[in-house]
Amino acid sequence: MRGNRRPVARYGLRFVALGYLLVLLAAPVAMVFYRAFQHGLGPIWSALTTSEARSAIEVTLIVAISAVVLNTLFGVGTALLLVRRRFPGRHLLDVLVDLPQAVSPIVVGLALILVYGKFGFFGSWIERNGIKIIFSLPGMVLATAFVSLPLVVRSVAPVLAEIGDEQEQAARTLGASSWQTFRRITLPSIRDALAYGVVLSLARSLGEYGAVTVVSGHVIGKTLTLTLFIDERLENFDQPAAYSAAVLLAIIAMGSLLISRRFRTRSRSVA
Amino acid sequence: MSISIRHVTKRFAQFTALDDVSVDIPTGSLTALLGPSGSGKSTLLRVIAGLDTADAGTVSIEGNDATHLPPQRREVGFVFQHYAPFKHMTVYDNIAFGLTVRKAGKAETKSKVNELLELVHLEKFQTRYPDQLSGGQRQRMALARALAVEPRVLLLDEPFGALDAQVRKELRTWLRRLHDDMNVTTVIVTHDQEEAMEVADEIVVLYDGRVQQVGHPNDVYEHPANDWVMSFLGPVTHFGSLLVRPHDLDLAHEISDGALPATVVRVTRLGFQTVVDLDVQGAPIYAQLAREATDRLTLEPGTLVYVSHARGEVLPAAPAIPVPAADSLL
Amino acid sequence: MTLYLSFLVLIPLGAVVWKSQSNGWSAFWHQVTTPEAWDALKLTLTISVGVALFNLVMGTIIAWVLVRDDFPGKGAVELFIDLPFALPTIVAGVVLLSLYGPRSPAHVDIAFTRTAITVALLFVTLPFVVRTVQPVLIELDRDMEAAAASLGASPFLIARRIILPNLVPAMLTGTGLAFARAIGEFGSVSLLSGNLPFRTEVSAVNIYNQIQSDNPVGAAAQSTILLVIAFIVLFALDRLKRWGVHRG
Repeated sequence: MRGNRRPVARYGLRFVALGYLLVLLAAPVAMVFYRAFQHGLGPIWSALTTSEARSAIEVTLIVAISAVVLNTLFGVGTALLLVRRRFPGRHLLDVLVDLPQAVSPIVVGLALILVYGKFGFFGSWIERNGIKIIFSLPGMVLATAFVSLPLVVRSVAPVLAEIGDEQEQAARTLGASSWQTFRRITLPSIRDALAYGVVLSLARSLGEYGAVTVVSGHVIGKTLTLTLFIDERLENFDQPAAYSAAVLLAIIAMGSLLISRRFRTRSRSVA
Repeated sequence: MSISIRHVTKRFAQFTALDDVSVDIPTGSLTALLGPSGSGKSTLLRVIAGLDTADAGTVSIEGNDATHLPPQRREVGFVFQHYAPFKHMTVYDNIAFGLTVRKAGKAETKSKVNELLELVHLEKFQTRYPDQLSGGQRQRMALARALAVEPRVLLLDEPFGALDAQVRKELRTWLRRLHDDMNVTTVIVTHDQEEAMEVADEIVVLYDGRVQQVGHPNDVYEHPANDWVMSFLGPVTHFGSLLVRPHDLDLAHEISDGALPATVVRVTRLGFQTVVDLDVQGAPIYAQLAREATDRLTLEPGTLVYVSHARGEVLPAAPAIPVPAADSLL
Repeated sequence: MTLYLSFLVLIPLGAVVWKSQSNGWSAFWHQVTTPEAWDALKLTLTISVGVALFNLVMGTIIAWVLVRDDFPGKGAVELFIDLPFALPTIVAGVVLLSLYGPRSPAHVDIAFTRTAITVALLFVTLPFVVRTVQPVLIELDRDMEAAAASLGASPFLIARRIILPNLVPAMLTGTGLAFARAIGEFGSVSLLSGNLPFRTEVSAVNIYNQIQSDNPVGAAAQSTILLVIAFIVLFALDRLKRWGVHRG
């Protein structure tokens, strides 16, 4: 019934929607790319290959990948729990998984400091054992893991639910152990959804700013992620470097959208 | 004539759903559009309703050219295969919708809706939501909703397709009785020939986007226009080079004029009838006989019997192997 | 699983709440109602509500256009709607600053203004309503609209009485998520608004300042307020979703 709608209404809505997206999204993004690439690739390359930039990239990768690994293990386990088992408090777990999305990243940072910082709950225990969490990489990993917690769970769980556990039951009756069933039946069936969740999680982790800025010591060369690097460069009026890093992260973000879209359609067609 | 369709053609990309279709639907009748999937019957119904627009041709309703009218203005009631209930409204509000749209008064709406609720036996369900009803109940609600605005024409798109066999049978009978009471011109789309024959005054047989035959159910069954219609409307089997109905065949142990010798392959007793699979010179055919007829015969597999065509119409069967044109053999 | 969740999420968040009242409830309220903090909270809530409501309308329109309309480049739009989700918040700030800050080629400079906060929040909450409404719109039974048309309803009436009611649960979910996200936003807002106290400082920024000035109780108190608000929103959304499931 497409043709039935009055063309005025259709063009009007389209104009409003696209106009809004242009002004809010497309134009600013185009502007940042323009500014960054204004003088060619050269300045960007040199800005991103300084030792500080390189260590920022390194730190970002370490933190992000660690957080993603943690969340993937947790995510798959939790998804299995939520979908395949019934237990008291299951609904509560379901709601709790979504909690990180509603918490301000600054609050996340504060929360971690209060528990793992020097004067925090576990602070003295941590001090005594010579571990450094806050103002060091482990704290940043925790902060990043916190904010991207729901992503893997939420992409795997629906697929698990839709596929159903008949195949797994069949495998059991044929003699497979839990681990074998998981490895040979469950895991392959959620492969695409899992990939989707991991890509989302990675993109989120690479780009975390608020939580990390609280728990990081902002030590240049040691505890600066790319996002914090941008912040630091802006404070030092080094716009070209900040823009270069911003564009790098923007490209990564767009790339992750493209990649994850591929996994999402594939996971939908399987299930 | 209640509905006149003239030279209607409708294409969807490469697929031609309707090819130069012309049909007249008499006022007050219950007409079935019968055909397999892809025959164009649902498309034709939607074109009548204005839910799809034809690429060519005209549609007239009660003498007025409706070809370019939107569905809102055609005064047709439409009942969908999956009922299309307004999920967010109660049964009462669903049925009242057409009246609400026309800004009918509250009292007037109430009396009309209650009348319809009684008609479809859903009085006790008026405050329920569609997802709380069974399939049959939802369909009755959909029907009441369409009737609420007193349409000139009632169109039903495979209304019983999604229901259990038992419910289907009940609703079929109920629809026929409803039509006899209300006398609204009704067009029903179905792929079930039994349904069409049981319910309709007139059947329009569609295949491949074209009208194959129009007529009274008995007519279409006993005097099919072509072999496709014959095989779609009822069981067929071969008798020599002819297409016949298996229940028009007789079996005997003695030869008679025009009878063919056959070997019994298998005998299956199905309640009141018996199906006998036969082999006639290598070609498999079957006969459907009344029980008593077969009781009088010895029908062990391997027995020789004579098959004769006793009554009913025949059609030349389409040759099994395409016969090459004579000159191509040179 | 629960252990991981506890150590990562529950205990830290619990610590925030615990810390906020560690000096007693009067100290708690004192921290929350200092002129600067209170101002920041009012500003945050007001703008967030406005942004959420604006998204309610705009997001639904965008979802509608993506599902029911067709135009060249729709695929690209579809894909990049999610960009605010994927983009780091500080990069979002840089992006908006480049076009709407000082040295803007369009001579639109909103830096250091409240408008900046609004724009930043609109940017980061863009996908929420769109992505919750879109799947519902896609799944909507088109026959319902056809039925309404055959009963005499105009396209406008169909939109109002048939389509919209079925979208409301999703619209509300998306709006709630957008609101929860908005009240806690830090990176993009802080960059664009300049964080001028009593003018353009949002709660998240104020909390950050309290952490930096070694006032953990103050930070915790304000955080707790934000957490409570977010929790209420999540809870209400959950209820709403369950109610929506019954209806349709």
